[in-house]
Amino acid sequence: MTGFDRHSVPLLRDLPDVRGYFGAYGGRFVPETLMAPLVELEAAFRKFRRDLTFRRELNGFLKNFAGRPTPLLFAENLTKRLGGPRVYLKREDLCHTGAHKVNNTLGQCLLAKRLGKKRVIAETGAGQHGVGTATACALLSLSCEVYMGAEDMERQALNVFRMRSMGAKVIPVTSGSRTLKDAINEAMRDWVTNVQTTFYCIGSVVGPHPYPWMVREFQSVIGREVKHQIRDYQTGDPDALVACVGGGSNAIGLFAPFYDHKRVKFFGVEAGGEGLRSGRHSATLCTGRPGVLHGAYTYLMQDDNGQVLGTHSISAGLDYPAVGPEHAFYKDSGRATYVAATDKEALAGFKLLNETEGLSAALESSHALGSLPRLVRPMKNSQSVVLCLSGRGDKDMGQLTGILHLGSSDPKNT
Amino acid sequence: MVNRIDQVFIELKSQGRKALMAYVTGGYPSLPAMDRAVREIVKAGVDLVEIGVPFSDPIADGPTIQFSSQKALEGGITPARLFDWVKTFRRTHETPVVLMTYMNPIQTMGLASFARRARTAGVDGVIVPDLIIEEGGPLEKALGPAGIHLIYLVAPTTPPPRRTEIARRSRGFLYAVSLTGVTGVRRALPKGLGTFIADVRRRSPVPVAVGFGISDAAQARQAAAQADGVIVGSAFIHRMKNREPLVPFVRSLRRALDGA
Repeated sequence: MTGFDRHSVPLLRDLPDVRGYFGAYGGRFVPETLMAPLVELEAAFRKFRRDLTFRRELNGFLKNFAGRPTPLLFAENLTKRLGGPRVYLKREDLCHTGAHKVNNTLGQCLLAKRLGKKRVIAETGAGQHGVGTATACALLSLSCEVYMGAEDMERQALNVFRMRSMGAKVIPVTSGSRTLKDAINEAMRDWVTNVQTTFYCIGSVVGPHPYPWMVREFQSVIGREVKHQIRDYQTGDPDALVACVGGGSNAIGLFAPFYDHKRVKFFGVEAGGEGLRSGRHSATLCTGRPGVLHGAYTYLMQDDNGQVLGTHSISAGLDYPAVGPEHAFYKDSGRATYVAATDKEALAGFKLLNETEGLSAALESSHALGSLPRLVRPMKNSQSVVLCLSGRGDKDMGQLTGILHLGSSDPKNT
Repeated sequence: MVNRIDQVFIELKSQGRKALMAYVTGGYPSLPAMDRAVREIVKAGVDLVEIGVPFSDPIADGPTIQFSSQKALEGGITPARLFDWVKTFRRTHETPVVLMTYMNPIQTMGLASFARRARTAGVDGVIVPDLIIEEGGPLEKALGPAGIHLIYLVAPTTPPPRRTEIARRSRGFLYAVSLTGVTGVRRALPKGLGTFIADVRRRSPVPVAVGFGISDAAQARQAAAQADGVIVGSAFIHRMKNREPLVPFVRSLRRALDGA
């Protein structure tokens, strides 16, 4: 059905290939100016990922600074409420800075340091990657500038303050849709201009090769820990993994270590906004077509002339018209299934976890929670599912106060 | 049929002159206004016309061309309308027309369809600022048989052996990016530009045109010194935005180049 038979399906170690492709997706679609730094970065990453001193330093920071390993929690009340398979939560919300993003920023900023770059730039949507980068830069004494859409700066004012308090400069982006997509455009223009001195710390599994691969490798700590931790509860692998997908870094971090375990099903949850038929959403894999954006060939939300469409999501972190090329490959090859949760379903997911487990998820992770009741329905009670709680909801409380207060009292009933 | 780009460079070379190539954003400020501007500047001495096919996310462009692209898109410009414009322009002009666009609009149209429509319209070359040689094979295969040149860019950060490889793959001419950065008017061109251009030209079997940041006659002369031509973009858009006349500007560039 998918055109892939057992023998032609690549193993994880072959993804991406030498040209940076995951099947048909990925590659390098960048101005020539960036080719030399990308080659340099790829070589550095190939070298340092095997370098014992580098790995020891990174693991030390992950353990003592970021607080890893993060726990794997059996969500007993949530499991009972859903009446299906056992639900485990991977507690990335407990990472320092409040989300999984720091796994990647520590890795990249350490790499920046090894490359002798003094200035780090980043883009951010929800602000979590910006905070993660600002944090790693403060720790490693690097100067940090973060591009953030003007609209997102309003939605996530708290994170703007956090970045600034760590000495980072936050640059408002007023072009285009004033959200994550435009922040990446501006960061890339900055990088093209200041490439000799600057390291671009991309926040997701997007961008030109080697970024999607490198960010996956730094985030794979999530899935590797789960593989180990699930044994405290059961003998085999979990039956399904669930994570939200904007660019898709927490999802890939959870999925990739299980890629070769074909019995483990992957579910990626995109932002369905006001519904897929409304046109106001960010469900790239559910509704988009392949194209080129931000340096990679991947699924995009675009019109018939190849213009990238404006997106909408209640969560700034998922408000993105493209997606990591590895997800595009997982979709086409049938390795993962992608669904969408609407704004309302995300709010319901947020409430559900608060009420059952006393945990406040970030709006991004709330999308995964919002679709969980649907995803577990066909599963048996003897089965198990791991959901990546990619971030905590503190940053969203201001926004949520307005929405949950002003909206009709219970989003589940609307 | 000889490609018009090749013809123009051969003619200019025989006259000992440098090429002046002007970039305008397709459909900015409107399609009729753009049409008038192109005819005017060609008459005033522009040798090749580069038409930007606007893309929503132009990562290689600075604020000026971002602005004009966005305005043109808001005005409803599409690749189809620009192909129609080229067709109309071809009825009266043999001036080479080069399209500048990003990979996604081409990808969406389909490479073969893009090549066929470009050929029918009378397009001579295509510049894709987010296409490097490693990814360019499929588009080369589509454009080559249609007789359309795929023009690659070479940057100051490109290592010397790679410069040779890019020059070998580029058709019509080689686009040398003068600086490390995006398009847009600059106060000064980088030091060492002459050395970079001279090196690129030594390696290139095709003519070398220098672009990015060339804002006035003095810079045009400086950039052209070691090259076969210059490309001026944002400086034109800037004048169109401010409704300043283009002809005196073209003449000043022309004088600077012909005296170079």
